[in-house]
Amino acid sequence: MRTRFQQQMEDLREKLLRMGGLAELAVDRACQAYTERDLTRCQLVLENESLINAAEREIDEMAFDVLATQQPAATDLRFILAVTKINADLERVGDQAVNIAERVMDMIELPSVELPVDIGRMATAVSAMVRRALESFVEGKAELAQAVLEMDHVVDRMRDEAFIVLVRKMNEEPQVTQQALDALLVARNLERVADHATNISEDVIFWVLGADVRHHAQAASVAPRTERNEA
Amino acid sequence: MGVGIKVEHLNAFYGKTQALFDVNITVQANHATALIGPSGCGKSTFIRCLNRMHETIPEARVEGAVHIGDLSVYNGTSATQLRRRVGMVFQKPNPFPTMSIYDNVAAGLKLNGFRKRKQLDEVVEQSLNASALWDEVKDNLHKKSGASLSGGQQQRLCIARALAVQPEVLLMDEPCSALDPISTGKIEELIFQLKEQYTIVIVTHNMQQAARVAEFTGFFLLGKMIEFDKTEKIFTKPSDKRTEDYVTGRFG
Repeated sequence: MRTRFQQQMEDLREKLLRMGGLAELAVDRACQAYTERDLTRCQLVLENESLINAAEREIDEMAFDVLATQQPAATDLRFILAVTKINADLERVGDQAVNIAERVMDMIELPSVELPVDIGRMATAVSAMVRRALESFVEGKAELAQAVLEMDHVVDRMRDEAFIVLVRKMNEEPQVTQQALDALLVARNLERVADHATNISEDVIFWVLGADVRHHAQAASVAPRTERNEA
Repeated sequence: MGVGIKVEHLNAFYGKTQALFDVNITVQANHATALIGPSGCGKSTFIRCLNRMHETIPEARVEGAVHIGDLSVYNGTSATQLRRRVGMVFQKPNPFPTMSIYDNVAAGLKLNGFRKRKQLDEVVEQSLNASALWDEVKDNLHKKSGASLSGGQQQRLCIARALAVQPEVLLMDEPCSALDPISTGKIEELIFQLKEQYTIVIVTHNMQQAARVAEFTGFFLLGKMIEFDKTEKIFTKPSDKRTEDYVTGRFG
């Protein structure tokens, strides 16, 4: 029975990783579509969304089955809870990619203008956060997840800076307001993706250490747990 | 009301074989404490040390101290004295087969010389009420034997019998292992209610049962108490890897 259980857990892990790959790809494509004003990539993001949504439902169903039939405990219980929450975050990452793609589709209709903001740099940072959050899940390493939490501040600052310079640009050159607003919204979408990567990392820390580090609560330690405590 | 239990440096032996190794534990009064662990880990031996049943086995002996409230179990307390304060319910319901339901419940009191009929009636009714059996048997108290009841009812009858002598501690050794889920649910609900008045220690192989009924859980392995903590901690974030491996089904 436990062998079947372990197989179910492994299936769940693999399924979530595949979904993570889809969500990561969606963000990368949406960002490339922005920097290259590429309609084809936008359409790929939109098509990709149904796959992410289907994966979300399937993972929820699998997790529900495991909870109902196996009554997992301790690390297994934390794993299942983390999977269901990461699942929801990845679906939202996919939604943010769609928002960016739709924004780009509108932008392409407008003349291209030079804006004082490096969305490409922000996109690189955000993609790295998603990738590392998923790596921390694959490897079950709280240290990797903790590093992602620290990156979130960097992305927040990028978003704040983008806000300042783009609002200034809109005031100085009202004729580019629409393009500046689009860039601003894309920056906000990216910052949201970073928030989801942060959530995923917090869930990994919860799974691995049993520590709740949400809302800036500190984990007692993100060092690997002692293998054995003598009774 | 229930009393606390304090166990210090408890070692138990079957002849030359040591079954428990230096067990230390404090059980809180009016709480349910579950003991879990694989077969042969010593949890039943441990619970039997609490009411001096272990020593009834030839060549079995105990070292260390057990305090139940103000009673020192292994120092100056007779087994009879002790068992008035510590009731026990076993894995298999064991009503006295030839006795009526009434006499099963009253047996402990009668053995202690209690003879006043009116008071016996009251205690029998109270005990059967406390074990959630009264409504099902009140019309057949004298007509039906204990053995004529269903398995779940028999177990609740045994609980009533244990409660009749008004103990402070109730020990339960896998009380639901022979019962169906409905009867198990009734016993678990009962445990939940009884701990308001009694201190309950329950040995169970069913980890979900431990999680459902007990505030504290102890994990035994190879005769040692590996971990003792709040139940939710044991089942969500145990401190010891051996506990984690057991509750996640990786061994045992």
